Amino acid sequence: MSYTEDHIVLPEGSIEKQTTTLNLGPTHPATHGVFQNILEMDGERIINAESTVGYIHRAFEKLAERRPLYQITPITDRLNYCSSPINNMGWHVTCEKLLGVTTPKRVDYLRIIIMELARISDHLICNSIVGVDTGAYSGFLYLMQYRELIYEIYEEVCGSRLTTNIGRIGGFERNFTNTAFEKLEKFLKEYPRVLKEFENLFTRNRIFIDRTVGVGAITAERALSYGYTGPNLRSAGVDYDVRVHSPYCSYEDIDFTIPVGKTGDCYDKFLVRNEEMWQSLHIIRQAYAKVQAFTGAASEVYHADVPAYYLPEKKDVYTKMEALIYHFKIIMGETEIPVGEVYCSVEGANGELGYYLVSDGGRTPFRLHFRRPCFIYYQSYPELIKDSMLSDAVVCMSSLNLIAGELDA
Amino acid sequence: MALTNEVVQQKLTEKFGDQLTAWAETYGMLSFAAPKDLNLKILQYLFDDEVLQFRFLTDICGVHYPDRSGEELAVVYHLHNLADNVRLRFKVFTDITKPDVYSATALYAGANWMERETYDFYGVNFTGHPNLKRVLNVDEMDYFPLRKEYPLEDQSRIDKDDEMFGR
Repeated sequence: MSYTEDHIVLPEGSIEKQTTTLNLGPTHPATHGVFQNILEMDGERIINAESTVGYIHRAFEKLAERRPLYQITPITDRLNYCSSPINNMGWHVTCEKLLGVTTPKRVDYLRIIIMELARISDHLICNSIVGVDTGAYSGFLYLMQYRELIYEIYEEVCGSRLTTNIGRIGGFERNFTNTAFEKLEKFLKEYPRVLKEFENLFTRNRIFIDRTVGVGAITAERALSYGYTGPNLRSAGVDYDVRVHSPYCSYEDIDFTIPVGKTGDCYDKFLVRNEEMWQSLHIIRQAYAKVQAFTGAASEVYHADVPAYYLPEKKDVYTKMEALIYHFKIIMGETEIPVGEVYCSVEGANGELGYYLVSDGGRTPFRLHFRRPCFIYYQSYPELIKDSMLSDAVVCMSSLNLIAGELDA
Repeated sequence: MALTNEVVQQKLTEKFGDQLTAWAETYGMLSFAAPKDLNLKILQYLFDDEVLQFRFLTDICGVHYPDRSGEELAVVYHLHNLADNVRLRFKVFTDITKPDVYSATALYAGANWMERETYDFYGVNFTGHPNLKRVLNVDEMDYFPLRKEYPLEDQSRIDKDDEMFGR
């Protein structure tokens, strides 16, 4: 029987109050972002909760209506900033779909490598933060050095680390250097051992199991109704993954499995994310082998041959007439953009990240809407934590993988 | 038999006749426009029908078309049939002076915040919504910022020549 049924509810308008109102957030260290929850507590139990979001709303959708396609990429960085490359690639894929650009296979595989690295870096943060919130700080510090290595790979490819602005419409800004591949090999060699150790620290840990099993559980039916996607949906037992359902960037060439959970509780979410990291490693190895298999001129390809949309190399801009013209047109947003509506989605680290782009042929989108997965599933939070203890609410929040930047757009 | 866009269009036309207009298939996704009073009936039919099974609400968002007089605001629904992996988009248009559209919250729990967001930015009044208030902007805001009448840049600036660059 539910705890709230036992609770004595005072008549409406009563001056007596037997519950405590508690603010969890907006700047609570355990919310890992700017989230406010007004909890109605009876002792340690939560009987009601109300979420307030929007503290860091930056009007991205409005800004995008004033920017040419290229200038929107830096906006997408700031959605889910734990895995910016996935957002960037998702945006490029959306533009390519609208413009009818097909990318060479080598570009696709390089993109897969970068996106899966981003997925690993996102999942390792989420899982180790769940560890921190249940009292195990060391796993977080231990994994962090491998996020650092992933960031070094980004840096080698695009020059920046957190808000990456990686890639271009049609490909990458430059070819991967040998150092990038060396760092990738180092990562592939060392990370499995560390991840295994991290796994050993948690999966059969009595304290961790007690804190997470049954906490924040949700049925598959409710999860679908709430619009859950990504690892949160899969932990409830629904094997929906955009990489398989609507493949982009040649994911159809890669062999991998989708881990699913059963109960949707924090423990299952942890296990699903953990297994996804192993799968991502498996995907990166395959994609890397495919990249290495290219020989001759094909092994130097890093962008599609679409001069009208792909920003030319700077040295060509100074020496070649066409490159100068295209550079000017692209930077000033004077490229021809077809009229149309396109919805395109990628499997972000926390769910289906969708872009709904309405183009009227002008230099900027007429309307751009981001389907932000955590905005959609966060609304289930009051339901997840109802009847539970305050400390469970904290674990539940961190295991949902909420990123304030994405949620508030 | 795998569900195709033709089957979806045929079944919807059988059910709702020529009330559904602007059929199009762009970039592989079927889309159409519907009268705003029918939005819940369509969602319910798409949800319940044994063949169609569009049971996952991907997204709800608004669009403002200032040039379409009498139907300036559009509410766009993206649905997904996860079993057959078919996506669908439809729009309902509403008058900006009386933007009332039925709420889908009874059918989809996830529609709650999506509709609040659409209300927040476009002022679409979802009738039947349990808690229709602003979600991302401050409660005191008295306008709907994504409507096209609010230009992003300061219009008094003269250093940017809009005739050459920009709308």
